Amino acid sequence: MMIEITDLHKSFADNKVLDGVSFNVDEAENMIVFGRSGTGKSVLLKCMIRLLEPDSGSIKIQNKNVLQLDIKELNELRKDIGFLFQGAALYDSMSVRENLEFPLIRNFDFDRKEINERVHFVLEAVSLLEAIDKMPSELSGGMKKRIGLARSIITKPKIMFYDEPTTGLDPITAKEISVLIIDLQHRLKMTSVVVTHDLLCAKIIADRAIVLEDGIIVKEGSIHDLITSEDPLLKNFFSDEIFEIKGSKK
Amino acid sequence: MIGGLSAFSVRFFKEVFIPPYEIEQIRKHMIELGMKTLPIVGVTGFIIGLVIAMQLSPVLIRFGAEAFLPGSVGISIVRELGPVICALIFAGRVSSGIGAELGSMRVTEQIDAMEVSGVNPFRYLVVTRIFATTFILPILTVYVIFISLIGAYIAVVLVQNMTWAYYLDRVIFAVEFGDAIPGVSKTFVFGFIVGLVGCYKGFTTENGTEGVGKASTSSVVVSSLLILIFDMVLVKLSLWIWPTVK
Repeated sequence: MMIEITDLHKSFADNKVLDGVSFNVDEAENMIVFGRSGTGKSVLLKCMIRLLEPDSGSIKIQNKNVLQLDIKELNELRKDIGFLFQGAALYDSMSVRENLEFPLIRNFDFDRKEINERVHFVLEAVSLLEAIDKMPSELSGGMKKRIGLARSIITKPKIMFYDEPTTGLDPITAKEISVLIIDLQHRLKMTSVVVTHDLLCAKIIADRAIVLEDGIIVKEGSIHDLITSEDPLLKNFFSDEIFEIKGSKK
Repeated sequence: MIGGLSAFSVRFFKEVFIPPYEIEQIRKHMIELGMKTLPIVGVTGFIIGLVIAMQLSPVLIRFGAEAFLPGSVGISIVRELGPVICALIFAGRVSSGIGAELGSMRVTEQIDAMEVSGVNPFRYLVVTRIFATTFILPILTVYVIFISLIGAYIAVVLVQNMTWAYYLDRVIFAVEFGDAIPGVSKTFVFGFIVGLVGCYKGFTTENGTEGVGKASTSSVVVSSLLILIFDMVLVKLSLWIWPTVK
């Protein structure tokens, strides 16, 4: 088992965001976390990498109890994890090249040749080699997401967390990003957890999915299981998404 | 807020001595912040020197003490006006900038991204900036004092027809070690306050872009207020260490 989440709780003041979330992710599996806005998907992801401290529960990644690691051990573990943020989170003051080099220079003892090779490899992988010397402010939303993706895979992580990878993008770019993610998953053999409410993205990427509602998992299974479920909540959630996909196909 | 600022400064002192030392970042921030503030503090210092000499001149003539004009202007500038005016201008220019920059990084998850990639954002972003503001402000203050004395000289020349060499000699004669050292030394504290408040407000920003605006504005207000409060304390302290009347 690559990731094991057990009975995770997280509250902000009186607002209970996660209320006993438990699930597992196998090695090289792509797990989708579905849910409406405000149901705690991003909080779950941030707790998993300890950007937020959960109130209780257990998180095991690569058999390490994440909540018991000290900061040094946590940073060691984080070297094996890539994180694509909702807005890509590129460093504004750095060029694309510097953004990509940053995690390598700070955490590894690579020589200049190795760093250059990795930068070129990831930029070719996301088809944006020409943007190498641009600043983030010169990039479109889709390009930022691609560079963000390139930065998160440059350390060759074993696990990837994606926080709404297609949010804010037009349907064509969203599909391109989803295809790019699955392509990279296959090439780099990573385990991934993808938080999204984009059904098309989920259909392209997912091996398995869970649905989060009011801080608890209400359904777990394949995308097909979730879409064809008779549960009124799921029917209500997926009906709009399916309508959107059918509309975009016309 | 006082509790938050205190905890933030304790964390600074805990982390500042732990390697790796971000020398390159500190150097970059010192040059950037210094260059950004140099013109505005220069102009302000010149005007303050000019005005204080123009104000003092008729008063000293009234008491028949016009010969003391260079000395009294020099002491005023070195002890109080140069350091405090420079610190307040620096707070307005730099503290708000740091607050807005770090606040924007916080709300766009850049600080989270740094943490995820195994880099300590506090050390990389906060320690380097506070260190830079602490050590660049005294340098700027010495520059402001010099420019203010030039401004004051121009005002003195208009009423007393004095040479630059004589004027400078009178200033140096009047200004003692006990005037110069406390005046410049307290700007280390002011620089620390500017960096600390700007970083604290930016690093703890919440509520999106609205929060960034608030962080920027409150950085200037809080750091200016703290500079004046600490000035009061440090003046009393310096008078106790270096009494002016023997």
